[in-house]
Amino acid sequence: MSKLQQAGQQVLNWVDERFPLTSTWKAHVSEYYAPKNFNFWYFFGSLAMLVLVIQIVTGIFLTMNYKPDGNLIPGTNISVAFASVEYIMRDVAGGSIIRYMHSTGASMFFVVVYLHMFRGLVYGSYKKPRELVWVFGMLIFLCLMAEAFLGYLLPWGQMSFWGAAVIVNLFGSIPVIGPDLSEFIRGDFVVSDATLNRFFALHVIAVPLVLLGLVVAHLVALHEVGSNNPDGVEIKKNKDPKTGIPLDGIPFHPYYTVKDILGVAVFLAVFSAIVFSVAGFSAEMGGFFLEHPNFDPADPLKTPPHIAPVWYFTPFYAILRAIPSFWGTQVWGVLGMGAATVLIAFLPWLDRSPIKSIRYRSTTFKTAVVLFLIAFIGLGILGALPSTNVRTVIAQIFSVIYFGFFLGMPFYTKNEKPSAPVPDRVTFSTCRQKVMFFVYVAIALGGAYLFAHTV
Amino acid sequence: MKNMTSKLLLALCAVIAAPVFAAGGEGVKLDPANINLRDTESLQRGAQTFVNYCLSCHGAAVMRYNRLQDIGLTEAQIRDNLMFAGEKVGDTMKVAMAAKDGKAWFGATPPDLSLIARSRGADWLYSYLRGFYRDDSRPTGWNNRVFDKVGMPHVLWELQGDQVPVFEKVKNHSTGKEEEVLTGLKLVKAGSLTTTNDKGELDNHEYDARVRDLVNYMVFMSEPVKVKNEQIGYFVLLFLLFVLVPISYLLKKEYWKDVH
Repeated sequence: MSKLQQAGQQVLNWVDERFPLTSTWKAHVSEYYAPKNFNFWYFFGSLAMLVLVIQIVTGIFLTMNYKPDGNLIPGTNISVAFASVEYIMRDVAGGSIIRYMHSTGASMFFVVVYLHMFRGLVYGSYKKPRELVWVFGMLIFLCLMAEAFLGYLLPWGQMSFWGAAVIVNLFGSIPVIGPDLSEFIRGDFVVSDATLNRFFALHVIAVPLVLLGLVVAHLVALHEVGSNNPDGVEIKKNKDPKTGIPLDGIPFHPYYTVKDILGVAVFLAVFSAIVFSVAGFSAEMGGFFLEHPNFDPADPLKTPPHIAPVWYFTPFYAILRAIPSFWGTQVWGVLGMGAATVLIAFLPWLDRSPIKSIRYRSTTFKTAVVLFLIAFIGLGILGALPSTNVRTVIAQIFSVIYFGFFLGMPFYTKNEKPSAPVPDRVTFSTCRQKVMFFVYVAIALGGAYLFAHTV
Repeated sequence: MKNMTSKLLLALCAVIAAPVFAAGGEGVKLDPANINLRDTESLQRGAQTFVNYCLSCHGAAVMRYNRLQDIGLTEAQIRDNLMFAGEKVGDTMKVAMAAKDGKAWFGATPPDLSLIARSRGADWLYSYLRGFYRDDSRPTGWNNRVFDKVGMPHVLWELQGDQVPVFEKVKNHSTGKEEEVLTGLKLVKAGSLTTTNDKGELDNHEYDARVRDLVNYMVFMSEPVKVKNEQIGYFVLLFLLFVLVPISYLLKKEYWKDVH
């Protein structure tokens, strides 16, 4: 051991006597044993973490030049806030890249998190003993939606303004306290400078603080119970009798750190193509990442003809619109939309089958998942389009499927028969499974495309 | 490698899925603008048209004059040819007319044009600027094919000349009544950039080219960093796809030798 290494070891010992540095590193990284058969779907946890860091770091630099001021610049119809975003885009060194990283990051966060949640759904990662991992995850999802909604007001464009106006007005439909509540949220009778200032405060500190705390809880809970895998086999049941290490487990570092670096590299290629608008991508992504009307400055006197939320809210927005108002109140749509998000958190208790992975679950469950996926993507498409009579009826059918998937689950998963015997040890996916995966993705994308162009 | 491609493809699929369901609403048919942001001469002609015809009523409150250096002009050229009101070259393109006056005169404050190309799109602007026609029922005497009852008069009239609408009687399927529908525009009096003759033949191409230059400039102005970012982006992508991805793939393969 060289002198330098000795000195390093001494420093480490000094720290370890006062702070659990080495033991924490071991418990969570170098000696955290993860199943060795993680597949494609397991990239999205680490990618979500990456996007979180991107959002925080770019967000810090954006706040250095952004001004949350909804007042108009004298002589123009442009507000200080709107102009400050363009100041970042034009006059701040590297500003446009930072801003596009932040706007692209917002959408990619949802891409990654939706795929991450779908992974949990199909491999039963929410089941005992991982219920709290799932619940913390759902709280993160709720925080993320709040964060995205609050942040979308800040550019102070037409969609920022009217989107916020519509969503805050939803609270107004709650009986008795509704109107006062929405006024309390806005801090004014309409969305105004006061609203912009408080949304800015909530967006840059309040919600991110909660989000970070929840991410820590999500990871601590996960490392307490251990990771699930595509076979849904508990690797802790098969330990080496001598070392006590799971036979199917490999240390997270270096195995999954190097694997996740590969995932990060591929993800960054797609992310950069969007940020820099190259290779057929663009930072606006056809109006889905940055909506075209949001390049018009907010005008409280001019309602846009079609107010559409950003794509990641559209499934829930479609549910909101699909539920008709009755008994003289529109609160049912709002409740339905709320229930659609909250219900997901109850998945661990709605699913009564002990089988985790979709690989071994019954045809009934597989069918239910496919229907749910069709309904969810379908609602997402419908939520982005102006509603017509036909579209409303289709949205209503999809909403019934959406809720049926969750509320019917205790019944159709009771006494479930496995489609194939669950193995004792983990397996690697076969060539056939990989090919079928492509086929399923192609069917899903093709179906979504056809649906979007016919509906 | 198979595993790799599957990952790549899926990551792509995830983001391609978004624009796939971008279904457009039915509106007026727009003509393609076919602009080219790398054509600096076109951009310079567009800038000239913009400051001469647009800037008196519209502002571009976030566009600085010296940003025009990006399209190949020097500060002296900008100052001498494109600035008329004694501004400094680092100033933004402010409108001389007060927003309140604009509202009183045109019924609505003329919108700021800095980002109009990003909200309306190049094709819309191209069709709009070529779509004015004579309409005596309007206060300004002008109406527009793509923006019905627009408050703006035909500012480029001296260049394009007079267009009149061509109506066709079409039976409305839901009401069963005959309705007049605007099907096209006809140039009846030539401007300085168009020609007509007795046979009814007309030549618009010079005017169309001028509008294309103007739209090209307005698209540039809405996002001046676009071309530069694209250039940086290609280097970033080359690095990621040909350096970082292969190296991290080989690294992963090396580490995972003893697992598989």
